[in-house]
Amino acid sequence: MEATDALRDKVSAVYVAESRRVLATLIRVLGDFDVAEEAMHDAFRAALEQWPRDGVPANPRAWLVSAGRFKAIDGLRRRARFDQLDEAGPRAEIAVVDEHAWADDESVDDDRLRLIFTCCHPALASDAQVALTLREVCGLTTEEIAQAFLTPAPTLAQRIVRAKAKIRDARIPYQVPSAAELPARLDTVLRVIYLVFNEGYAASSGARVTRHDLSAEAIRLGRLLVDLLPQPEALGLLGLMLLHESRRAARSSPSGDLILLEDQDRSLWNRDQIAEGIRMVERALATRAAPYAIQGAIAAVHAGSANAAATDWEEIVGLYDVLLQIDRSPVVELNRAVALAMRDGPEAGLAIVDTLLAAGELSDYRFAHAARADLCRRLGRRDAARVSYKRALALTRQAPERRFLERRIAELDAPPRSPAGDV
Amino acid sequence: MKYLCLVYMEADNLHAVPDRECMACGDGLRERGVLVAAEALQPIETATTVRVRNGRVSITDGPFAETKEQLAGFYLIEAADLNEAIAVASKIPPARAGSIEVRPVRQLHPDIGI
Repeated sequence: MEATDALRDKVSAVYVAESRRVLATLIRVLGDFDVAEEAMHDAFRAALEQWPRDGVPANPRAWLVSAGRFKAIDGLRRRARFDQLDEAGPRAEIAVVDEHAWADDESVDDDRLRLIFTCCHPALASDAQVALTLREVCGLTTEEIAQAFLTPAPTLAQRIVRAKAKIRDARIPYQVPSAAELPARLDTVLRVIYLVFNEGYAASSGARVTRHDLSAEAIRLGRLLVDLLPQPEALGLLGLMLLHESRRAARSSPSGDLILLEDQDRSLWNRDQIAEGIRMVERALATRAAPYAIQGAIAAVHAGSANAAATDWEEIVGLYDVLLQIDRSPVVELNRAVALAMRDGPEAGLAIVDTLLAAGELSDYRFAHAARADLCRRLGRRDAARVSYKRALALTRQAPERRFLERRIAELDAPPRSPAGDV
Repeated sequence: MKYLCLVYMEADNLHAVPDRECMACGDGLRERGVLVAAEALQPIETATTVRVRNGRVSITDGPFAETKEQLAGFYLIEAADLNEAIAVASKIPPARAGSIEVRPVRQLHPDIGI
């Protein structure tokens, strides 16, 4: 039977709205990612055949889960050569559909969380966590993910196949972690989401500064997680991402060049995203000082400042101090040093950056060398600045960042009219 | 005296010896009362490494990476899933100083292998 166009549209709409929920529940019911995926596609195929004739069921999601489960079990039995079932013919249809069996929202939400925590299980490699989350939770195709990460599609496909094999063979359970395990496991989920966001926001390589699709996907994931598990850490990350995302239009010139925070046209910042971001950060901080929420609070200080000079650097340095107490890392110390340089002058910042670089952990971190170069430039130490800009350039694969660094080096070689630069 | 006999195989030639031969070998040793325990393992891609540092459990994909570390012992445990196995592994004392590689065992099957 031919599906009418209207019905085809209806099934497509249900696919967009419900396919991830249907998949999450089918994985629980069937216990296997690949079997569940095939079952879900079979279920939507069955919908296209049966809904034109029988009407759209009252609860399409429950219908699809029942149909998928039936098709999968039927398929497994067939493969096990149950002859009497084979006689039912290849177009066996769903005999009984219990529309209430998988309809309650609570267990469906739990299934979505199970899927997120399984895809982000720490026993999977970090790049596999990212690929699997985008594939299974967000529903991106392997080709879309490969393109976004500039990875060959077969490499990415193999990464996903291996991850699924490990889930099956090492028996990674389809579970929301227990209360004791939750903080550490949630950290991994948040790291995956933030990695996706950052790849979209400050792509590590490629022609453009940002890849909007990945950032939007990360924000969608952040919202989903906040809906399902409104922990301060998740609220803080969503707030932080929204506050960063609010600057997108101001971060690059029409020709695709990078514009630093201090030089951005702040009237281009998205006020709605700022307002929502601040709300999320405040909600998080009302419970506890989660690291992402503190980073969000720092972004919120920038969002509320008319320009770099009018920024409350005292407040920002103070927030970095709080962050360091919870989460001491060389990258946070570097960011604090940059803020401190804005408060106390480049000399003070440079002393800290040099200590950090001497410790060795940041020697391959391009932003550490770029920060040192910038501080030396402000101090008029051109030779030292040039060395550090070149070091940063050697570590940068992203075209707009390379152009920015090359421009800075060229300015050092032929200083503009104001010899003191833009201190 | 007990001895541990460790089996090494090339990654792309894991099934160079048929499982049924290994099963027969195990049965023979068991009949002679020589065998304490024997298991085949899933490939290295299924490995998870558990370490405990400063009281915090860290879990990573893959086998141990420190080349200076050597195989120092083993525990064959029963667990419902990887999470349970990780919980047990994180309580094994050397997890604090070295690392524990957690690898699922593989059921031998008479049809697998050449």
